[in-house]
Amino acid sequence: MLSALATAWTSPSIDYHALAPEIILGGGIVLLLLLDLFLPDAKKWVLTPLASFTVLGAFIPVLTLALSNQGVRSLFDGRYMVDDFSLVMKGLFLLAGYVVILLTADHLREGDYYQGEYWFLLLTSLLGMVMMASSRDMVSIFVSLELLSIPAYMMAAWRKRDLRSNEAGMKYYLLGVFASALMLYGMSLLYGITGSTKLVEIATYLGSDLTSLRALAVFFIVVGFAFKVSAVPFHTWAPDTYQGAPTPVTAFLSVASKAAGFVALVTVVFVAFPGSHDVWQPVFWILSALTMTVGNFLALKQTNIVRMLAYSSIAQGGFILMPLAVAGVDGVANSALRSVVTYLLVYAATNLGVFAIVMVVARKTRSGEISSYGGLFSYAPGIATLMTMFMASLAGIPPFGGWFGKFTAFQSLVSAGTTWSYVLAIIGGINSAVAFGYYGKILREMWMKPVPDGDTTPVTVYSSLGVALGITSISTLVLGTFPGIVIHFGDIAGLTGAFIK
Amino acid sequence: MEVLSDHNWVLTVGTFLPLVGVLIMLFIPKADEALSKAVAIGTATATLAVGVYTLTQFNFDKAGEMQFVARHDWISVIKSTYYIGLDGISLPLYFLSMVITLLVMIYSWNHVPSPGNAKAFFILMLVLQTGMAGTFIARDLVLFFVFFELVLLPMYFMIGVWGGENRQYASLKFFLYTMFGSALMLVAFLALFWKTGGASFAIPDLIAHANAMIPKNTQIWIFAGMFVGFAVKVPMFPFHTWLPDAHTQAPTQGSVILAAILLKLGTYGFVRIAIPILPLAAKAWAPWIGLLAVIGIIYGALGCLAQTDMKRLIAFSSVAHMGYVMLGISTLTSFGMNAAMFGMVAHGLITGMLFFVAGSVKERYHTLEIKRLSGMLVQMPKLGWILGFCAMASLGLPGLAGFWGEFPAIMSAYQPAAGLNVQVFRIFMVIAAVGTVLAAGYLLWLYQRTAFGEPTAEFAAGHGHDEDIHDVNKFEWMAWTPLLIAIVVFGVYPQLMFKILDPAVGVTLKAFGG
Repeated sequence: MLSALATAWTSPSIDYHALAPEIILGGGIVLLLLLDLFLPDAKKWVLTPLASFTVLGAFIPVLTLALSNQGVRSLFDGRYMVDDFSLVMKGLFLLAGYVVILLTADHLREGDYYQGEYWFLLLTSLLGMVMMASSRDMVSIFVSLELLSIPAYMMAAWRKRDLRSNEAGMKYYLLGVFASALMLYGMSLLYGITGSTKLVEIATYLGSDLTSLRALAVFFIVVGFAFKVSAVPFHTWAPDTYQGAPTPVTAFLSVASKAAGFVALVTVVFVAFPGSHDVWQPVFWILSALTMTVGNFLALKQTNIVRMLAYSSIAQGGFILMPLAVAGVDGVANSALRSVVTYLLVYAATNLGVFAIVMVVARKTRSGEISSYGGLFSYAPGIATLMTMFMASLAGIPPFGGWFGKFTAFQSLVSAGTTWSYVLAIIGGINSAVAFGYYGKILREMWMKPVPDGDTTPVTVYSSLGVALGITSISTLVLGTFPGIVIHFGDIAGLTGAFIK
Repeated sequence: MEVLSDHNWVLTVGTFLPLVGVLIMLFIPKADEALSKAVAIGTATATLAVGVYTLTQFNFDKAGEMQFVARHDWISVIKSTYYIGLDGISLPLYFLSMVITLLVMIYSWNHVPSPGNAKAFFILMLVLQTGMAGTFIARDLVLFFVFFELVLLPMYFMIGVWGGENRQYASLKFFLYTMFGSALMLVAFLALFWKTGGASFAIPDLIAHANAMIPKNTQIWIFAGMFVGFAVKVPMFPFHTWLPDAHTQAPTQGSVILAAILLKLGTYGFVRIAIPILPLAAKAWAPWIGLLAVIGIIYGALGCLAQTDMKRLIAFSSVAHMGYVMLGISTLTSFGMNAAMFGMVAHGLITGMLFFVAGSVKERYHTLEIKRLSGMLVQMPKLGWILGFCAMASLGLPGLAGFWGEFPAIMSAYQPAAGLNVQVFRIFMVIAAVGTVLAAGYLLWLYQRTAFGEPTAEFAAGHGHDEDIHDVNKFEWMAWTPLLIAIVVFGVYPQLMFKILDPAVGVTLKAFGG
């Protein structure tokens, strides 16, 4: 038996073009580690451009793949797919990673952190995300998830003599591992039931007649991902982690890491559990309603900007979950998928911009309090205007990106036409008004309050932060005014294998 | 319906030209205030010139049809198009927004409110202008929504930065109310979109299909969502509570724009979107809208009588006047709708003027407390007369524009559209008529207290206020004269506007048999 298997095995033909982003990232990671080992300290500045070029280099094959018109590329027996959905998400991860590198560049130099190791961890986490976008098998999904999470635990605790940073890393680690364990338990149940780890096969065997065991497996996996996307009531790690971690890491966690969680969630639910929607729809409904409401109301009370952004990010997650609550209704799946992708893109552009500004302002005021934004418009009108734009985008006010994300989410939700979908839409509508309570607080500080300490020396924007601000602000504006031109959302053919019943 | 798309660039240019001005102004140093103001006023003048050109090209014989229609792909994936057009209902408001913006800017030349920063102030006014004009020409619900929301932030900052003592509270209240309303409105729009087959957000398509495809009960719910969105903006009782705060705290310019144009976005929404698309629901809701309208009339009037602050009084009078507009709309008759549309423009001219006057009074006396003001006619006869003129116009004196909005609106409630309860509307009519008596009461009382008699001791000559207290200056004349003339012209010759409105109203009310 064993020998028979051995002879029958032939090495699979590998589409290197399809794997090029991962290969470039992997190569960059190895090169980084080696250089860090052998370069003298004076020359370690090379590592920063190396990291950014690796990420940009990995972006090139994503573009060529998108333009290659070869349709879906299926690798490794259909367990690794390069389709439109995965390419868009890979592009998002890589660009977000690049902006995070821009945000970090000065931060690292100032704080004399361990550059080489930091870039290594960041790129490894990015590699995990890029792989996540293509994974269509429980095992590769789990491996990608750990690959992207474990470096993130360490990055959260990067300021090693800072108690808060340690707490951030520890909390993130403990809850992350707990979530992974839950998910793994669910996956093992699934494997026991269906005898396969391939998502498409799971969908076939699982069918739609649900026993309590199957329901339990689906439930555990969904809840595991709910931790990753910090959905209420599994959000408790997020505010402490976001506040304690270095700001660029927070930006990375709240954008890229969250997006990766959503990608995995959507992939698993759409490809493996299409028939089990009577289990996950109500779960998503409750998660979505709770997440946006609780996130919003807690954000209202915050006085620290990063903490407020943490709750804002939780609340935004609730809006992203919204269409998933009806994704099982006939004909909604595609628009729900599109809405999640659109929302993630808009949210990434806006939120990274917000963090760039938080860093610019914190460098001057040396404070993370919202009150330190007092009078910003009077001495830094450009920065204040950009921040106004980002806040308006997060609040969903046209013509800045955010409104389009919210619009697609509501559009998809309402298309289900059920009473529950309308109820959730109204909850979402009320929440989007409430959200202005805290986004408006920052606008109020910047425009209407006096400068707290009277120090009106102009704010300096370092070149790399300037580039980051340029990228994010232009994307936010263009995504809001001409969403159709930038991305042909309509071309997203959808997630390969989704909802095959 | 034949599509008239000649010269269809004029609307796009007229709407977005202010943004070009904004772009230029971004590169002007903050310190060079005169240049900022000049560029802004130049832009507004150019915009108005495009508006005048639009007027000359408008085919008045076909005022009921959409003209200058342009339709291009915008966000094809959500089936939304850049679809614009102008008819007799949009034209007066579209043009009024351009006029008001220019006049407000001229007034601002030497009246930039504290804490200054003319550049930002003028930029906000230009952005507002784009949002207002865009709302009146949008023929696609998504486009409408975007423009409708575009006015929020500039107005929020205008009140919050340049406003009075309670500005932060007032601006936030304004924002949250409107945002809440528009969120529900958006859900209603989406429901409308999907219930008509998810094919189009274009208003004409929805008008063609919605009534047949959506059952009455669903229509009533969808209408409710839109109702909240528009009623907050109007504002109708009981959603009006943001208005007195916002008006009182806003700088003069903000109050004028708010009263003259922004409130009309709500009523315009009813006329253009809610009622023609969902006629069955409109009929079911009409008595309730009428009820809230007359409550607003009486409540606003009583509120006025209780006010001690001149600006707050004018703000409450807005609630009452918009009540007449909504009463006219709620009758669902051509007569009432014409009156309502006329009332919108008249209220824009008259209340805009009243806020201008209030701003100038505040500038001279540094207070608007009615009991501290007196003898304006003695100290500043011209300003005093203008106040008197506007008060007369506002209370609906025949021969001035206010009359043609108010009187026909009351009349129209005598015979509402077929299917509506005549008794109920006649009761509304009587109540609304009582409202006019109250209106005369509070306006004349205001005038008597502030303008007649001798100046109070603290402001009498030789008490240190002589430098501030001067009569109407040249910037004020420039800003006010066109409005004053328009109030008389439309009062004497209302047909000028009715003949544009009537055909368009007829088209809008087709579902109700004219």
